[in-house]
Amino acid sequence: MDFSAFSSQFLVGLSRAMILFVVCAGLSFVLGVLRVPNIAHGSLYMIGAFATFSLTKLIPGSAGFWIALIVAPLLVALVSLIAERALFCHLYQREHLMLLLFTFAISLILGDLVKIVWGAEYRSVSAPALLKGSISILGASLPRYNLFLLIIGPLVAMALWLFTNKTKIGKISRAAAVDREMVGVLGINVSWVFASAFVIGCYLAGVGGALVAPIASITLGMGHSLIIEAFLIVTIGGLGNMWGALVGSLIFGLTQSLGVLFWPQFAIVFPYVAVVIVLLLRPKGLLKSVW
Amino acid sequence: MWGKEERKLFTEVIRSKWFGFSVGLFLLLLILPFFIPRFYVYILALIFVTSLLAMSLNLVVGHGGLFQFHHGVFYGVGAYTVALMLKKTSLPMWTGFIAGPILAAIIGFIIGWFCVRLTRLYFGMLQISLGSLIWAIVFRWYSFTGGDDGIPGIPMPPLLSSSKGSYYFILIILILCLIAMYMILKSPFGNTLQAIRDNPQRCEAVGINVKRYQLIAIVIATFFAGVAGVLFVVLERSVFTELLFWVLSLEIFIMCLLGGWFTFAGPMLGAGIIVALRTFVGIFTEYWTLILGIMLILLIFFLPEGVMGYLEKIFKPRTKEAAKGGSE
Repeated sequence: MDFSAFSSQFLVGLSRAMILFVVCAGLSFVLGVLRVPNIAHGSLYMIGAFATFSLTKLIPGSAGFWIALIVAPLLVALVSLIAERALFCHLYQREHLMLLLFTFAISLILGDLVKIVWGAEYRSVSAPALLKGSISILGASLPRYNLFLLIIGPLVAMALWLFTNKTKIGKISRAAAVDREMVGVLGINVSWVFASAFVIGCYLAGVGGALVAPIASITLGMGHSLIIEAFLIVTIGGLGNMWGALVGSLIFGLTQSLGVLFWPQFAIVFPYVAVVIVLLLRPKGLLKSVW
Repeated sequence: MWGKEERKLFTEVIRSKWFGFSVGLFLLLLILPFFIPRFYVYILALIFVTSLLAMSLNLVVGHGGLFQFHHGVFYGVGAYTVALMLKKTSLPMWTGFIAGPILAAIIGFIIGWFCVRLTRLYFGMLQISLGSLIWAIVFRWYSFTGGDDGIPGIPMPPLLSSSKGSYYFILIILILCLIAMYMILKSPFGNTLQAIRDNPQRCEAVGINVKRYQLIAIVIATFFAGVAGVLFVVLERSVFTELLFWVLSLEIFIMCLLGGWFTFAGPMLGAGIIVALRTFVGIFTEYWTLILGIMLILLIFFLPEGVMGYLEKIFKPRTKEAAKGGSE
């Protein structure tokens, strides 16, 4: 195994981890505030990817992708807002199992709606002209798009940090994650805090879907396989902890891409083994859970 | 062996109003294959297999109060074990039928041993993680498990290869398992388990080893899930990785919810409704999951105690017994 193969796999894994982080940060945010593992998160990610496909078809040239990167997540956020205000907000008094099953119902419905709208074929999106081709870093050639992902990931992390620590709504939602009753006592409309947290989390799922569109084939099953990875990541990171989502994504992405070097056939098993090891050592995740 | 407790339970069963109904239903199911087409015999057998799976899940979910989110894995392990043993070894087939449930219970013990250290949602998330590990291994190990092609064409002995033969085999195993589950739930162990569901803190305070009871319940439930997996192989003569995927696990959850968590026979009713609906709706439309999703939402909003729970609430006068299930 030479060094360039290693560094190339390392960088690819790192950029894959960035997409996972964007999606899992959203999932973790919803988990933290609403205490519900949102199973529909994967379906929303899928809708983000399919919407990006349609928008790039609609708008020719590389402008299409950049517009899709803005618009597709907003569409996803809109879908989640409708689901939240129409149905989900009436259920907050129920026990958590019901909320979880509700998100499963939403994911079933969204899955078939995607099938109705976009059909069951494989779709693909080409990266914009600016991000085509590859450059060489650390003796390895890396596609420019992956480099773009490596830049976007930290940007999203920074934006999230600013949002949760510097804005009022971010602070309120952090407070609601720790003690929702106290937040209600202070005269804040908890229902809207929940709604906005849910929509922001789902928006991030849409961003992840738009980002993954040029480097993956867009299919109906992509949401189902992603949501399991996302669950594992937020579990090993510590439920509801956003930085835990970052650590988990890095572990997951890197073990998978480096596993390819050692045992290509079982590359997808490596992250699961890493997860089991982490959970054996720290059953409640690496970082502190907000629960 | 046949002590006072058992005799009391026996007379209680004989006298209950459900007993006559169950025996009548059983006799009907015994003669039914002679009057209905083969396709319906197959559907009924599929309902039996799914019922057993849903009942086994309800042991830990409805009666144990645990968030067993990835029950499908144990079903899949049971099915894959018997499939691999029949396909790849020349051991007598009965050993495979016994090995399936036992291996499922062993996997259940290992996964449960990690999970019971946590509670509620953390328990469920950890179980999804560990279950997905097993799914990933089965999915990728092409040379051994066939990967996403699954294992088609598993040889069955002549006795079980006819549709009537497999029907009766599945029905008899189902009845035996149901009797065993009923006895377990009515035993002191079952009562303790339900007490833990209703108030874990108090149970811990009076000196019950909560985690050990939960672990035993998981092992029992996974054993029965393994039995269901074996019956699935008897019926379908093939296995595939969807058996171990988390979507199936949550579908079983819906069956329990639809039938009623806190009733004994509820999950069977739920499984029957879901399997029958899927079969007959599938004839008209390919968007079955859309309908399932809408059904689930309606269920959550209007019938959270399930069909059986609802019926019991209507027909039973309000006593302390009836209020027990609804608390918490």
